[in-house]
Amino acid sequence: MTDLTNLTVAQIRDGHRAGDFSAVEVAEAFNANVAGAKALNAFIVETPEHALAAAKQADADRAAGTLKPLSGVPIGMKDLFATNGVQTTAASHMLEGFVPRYESTVSQKLWDAGAGMLGKLNLDQFAMGSSNETSYFGNVISPWRRKDGGPNLKEGAALAPGGSSGGSSAAIAARLCPAATGTDTGGSIRQPAAFTGISGIKPTYGRCSRWGIVAFASSLDQAGPMARDVRDCAIMLQNMAGFDAKDATSLDLPVPDWEAALSGDLKGKKVGIPREYRLDGIDPDIDAMWDAGIAMLKDAGAEVVEISLPHTKYALPAYYIIAPAEASSNLARYDGVRYGLRDLPQGAGLQDMYAATRAEGFGPEVKRRIMIGTYVLSAGFYDAYYTQAQKVRALISRDFTAAFETCDVILAPTAPSAAFGLGEKTADPLAMYLNDVFAVPASLAGLPAMSVPAALNREELPLGLQIIGKAFDEQGVLNAGLAIEERASFTARAEKWW
Amino acid sequence: MAIDQATVRKIASLARIAISDAEATAMEGELNGILGWVEQLGEVDVTGVEPMTAVIPNTLRLRDDVVDADPLTGGNRRDDVLANAPEPQHGFFGVPKVIE
Repeated sequence: MTDLTNLTVAQIRDGHRAGDFSAVEVAEAFNANVAGAKALNAFIVETPEHALAAAKQADADRAAGTLKPLSGVPIGMKDLFATNGVQTTAASHMLEGFVPRYESTVSQKLWDAGAGMLGKLNLDQFAMGSSNETSYFGNVISPWRRKDGGPNLKEGAALAPGGSSGGSSAAIAARLCPAATGTDTGGSIRQPAAFTGISGIKPTYGRCSRWGIVAFASSLDQAGPMARDVRDCAIMLQNMAGFDAKDATSLDLPVPDWEAALSGDLKGKKVGIPREYRLDGIDPDIDAMWDAGIAMLKDAGAEVVEISLPHTKYALPAYYIIAPAEASSNLARYDGVRYGLRDLPQGAGLQDMYAATRAEGFGPEVKRRIMIGTYVLSAGFYDAYYTQAQKVRALISRDFTAAFETCDVILAPTAPSAAFGLGEKTADPLAMYLNDVFAVPASLAGLPAMSVPAALNREELPLGLQIIGKAFDEQGVLNAGLAIEERASFTARAEKWW
Repeated sequence: MAIDQATVRKIASLARIAISDAEATAMEGELNGILGWVEQLGEVDVTGVEPMTAVIPNTLRLRDDVVDADPLTGGNRRDDVLANAPEPQHGFFGVPKVIE
């Protein structure tokens, strides 16, 4: 019998529907893989009983002829989504032990669609990070390992799974779950997908409800799926998206059947190649992968045009004003009064309790961003920093609008490098921030964007290509992703060492 | 505009985060590094550009003006609201005594 944990979401769904195997068999196989992969530290909480209960329901539904879109499919849930009765921490000490009494809209939709939960996936603390090293519960370790990478790169060293959705990416790459939820504020779905050789899509801002997702930067935060291929991303996304009255920025639009309309035929489509994304001194493997991707899309029938996004270099600094500003405001709620940690020193008053609680409950990166955000929003600096950044953001958005007059989708690398080693970038916050140089512009403009695995580099680590689409055109993004997937034939996977 | 130790302490106080002397020293360097880097935004000509307020055009809705319009977030859920409070007392959030 085939190993059920090698199946994709679509294969599990269809195989279960056809009676090739039971949902309980699938859940048990994934539960066993999760239990055997502690070394990866991908899960903060494991919930095998949840996966099993959903599987039993799926088997009963099959017998009764009432199957749902994701019946029989167990998934991983990023620990940023509030789950009723299951600890939700955002990988922070602040929320350690927090057990929500409600369910996030996105996770509820997935359960309503028949999916089961294998556990809550580790991430960077409050989703702030690009390597999973800011998690209070220890970093996730990528299942991938370097082959000989030359004198500077230690062979076999523990690698970052990317971040912030690093538990999601590592778990999918290691076959601990066929798909998982992620969230993307400035690349947190796409960069970890690229680092681990899987796919992930951040939809248009507003497609997925933010209700019940621990807030980081509300004008940027957007949930999306991560999975092994494009079809699975489409299936997951159409079961996560949809209007929600409880999120003021939720888009009141019908959810298309993205899976049904998948097509890798790009005849008549134009693909834009942004010249500003050709960075001086970038890893030649990245440029080679990008060129190969251009050839693949031409082969799929697309016309390739050069485009310009002139304000690209200002996206990252604008992001590192806007995101911390929103974070400093959102994270003001953690005060030791209503939920989460409280640190009350002997004889302390209310103000001292706030300060002690927040000193104890937040990690260094979270504190750094709250401090930056507080500074740029403070009296006398607001216009120079925050207003200026929001103006630059408007210009970045205009760049995309102008570019999309001459193309349908944009092709670029997802990240400027392959996965780096744990500890290699922690000393310098700025070096870590630069990881998201290609991901942040689409986030600032609220556009749908996805990463698909495209190649292995010289160390035999995966590299991802990014497709950015027009607002609401997830279909165009998925279809271009599929065209690459069909031609890149990326089948490499991490050898099991854990 | 570089920030000094006193400014770091002021920001920490505004953010309600207690910091030690060692942390303030480390933070001074890190914050100056980040703020120095974002200064480059000043180069961008933003004449006549309105700051972005909504990334995707959307209209703000008003919910029906009724009590408990959404049962999921409606009232009468005191126990749920207090379930995760560090120190609930008599159906309220407990805080240290405040004397002004």
